[in-house]
Amino acid sequence: MKKIIDKLNKSFDNRVRLGMMSILMVNEWVDFKTFKEMLGLSDGNLASHMSALEKQGYVEVRKQFVGRKPQTTYNATLIGRQAFNDHLDALEKLLKNR
Amino acid sequence: MNERNEHLETLQEIRSLMERSSRFISLSGLSGVAAGVFALAGAAMVYVYLGTTPFEHKQLYYVIAQTTSKWGLDYISFFLLDAILILVGALSCGIFFTTRKARRKGQKTWDALAQRLVINMAIPLSTGAAVCLAMLYHGQIEFIIPSTLVFYGLALVNASKYTLTDIRYLGFLEIALGIIGLFNIGYGLEIWAIGFGILHIVYGIIMYFKYE
Repeated sequence: MKKIIDKLNKSFDNRVRLGMMSILMVNEWVDFKTFKEMLGLSDGNLASHMSALEKQGYVEVRKQFVGRKPQTTYNATLIGRQAFNDHLDALEKLLKNR
Repeated sequence: MNERNEHLETLQEIRSLMERSSRFISLSGLSGVAAGVFALAGAAMVYVYLGTTPFEHKQLYYVIAQTTSKWGLDYISFFLLDAILILVGALSCGIFFTTRKARRKGQKTWDALAQRLVINMAIPLSTGAAVCLAMLYHGQIEFIIPSTLVFYGLALVNASKYTLTDIRYLGFLEIALGIIGLFNIGYGLEIWAIGFGILHIVYGIIMYFKYE
């Protein structure tokens, strides 16, 4: 039991980060606005959680200009995908074991 | 037990976010029903225009068509007008019901997902339109009606990656019907009415009760 709980990834403990990763698992290069609409969050909240994922190396960031507007988009890295899949596997095992 | 529920909830939330962020799920079953009704009405108009009945086959419909001229329209203008009326009717009902469903669920209608869906449907459809125009140009009109089913089916299969997955099977059925039609060109109209009319209505009803 203890072993499985250890496998749950602390980075995904938080609902917001979990939601961000869920979206990034099925979409490539998602912009800030989409996260805001999907998760219903404020800019600041979103940015701080995103930078946490970025620091872990789970998410890569790209800044570019669309016309004259700057646009920031995010993509899940390979490590991020792997970590998220492991986290889901652990969750699943936890549910099955009881 | 409480913890278990929490994990379950988490997994459900993940699944829902993955669905919502990658697929356009506001597509309404009622728009399928409406499209089917318009298709049947359009097919009925053709029978009235040609003065024939379904499965009658004293003569092939496209042979009769070439000598028919009614209501001040030759057969090409009539078929084009009929097709445009069906398309406009089906599309506007589809947009109406889908917008209504999206609004009820508090989702956006014309977002990036809807655009991706439309683009991916438009690629096989516009290819099909070009091919059909080429057939019309060469006077091979008997192949046009079954071909529309084939290309529409391909469009559905392609679009199913971006919306409710059920339309993939509708796509397969339309392709199969279209191919049957291509080998039995005399039954083109009947098969078209089954594919665009009856299949749409049946599928629309199934989707309506499954998701709404």
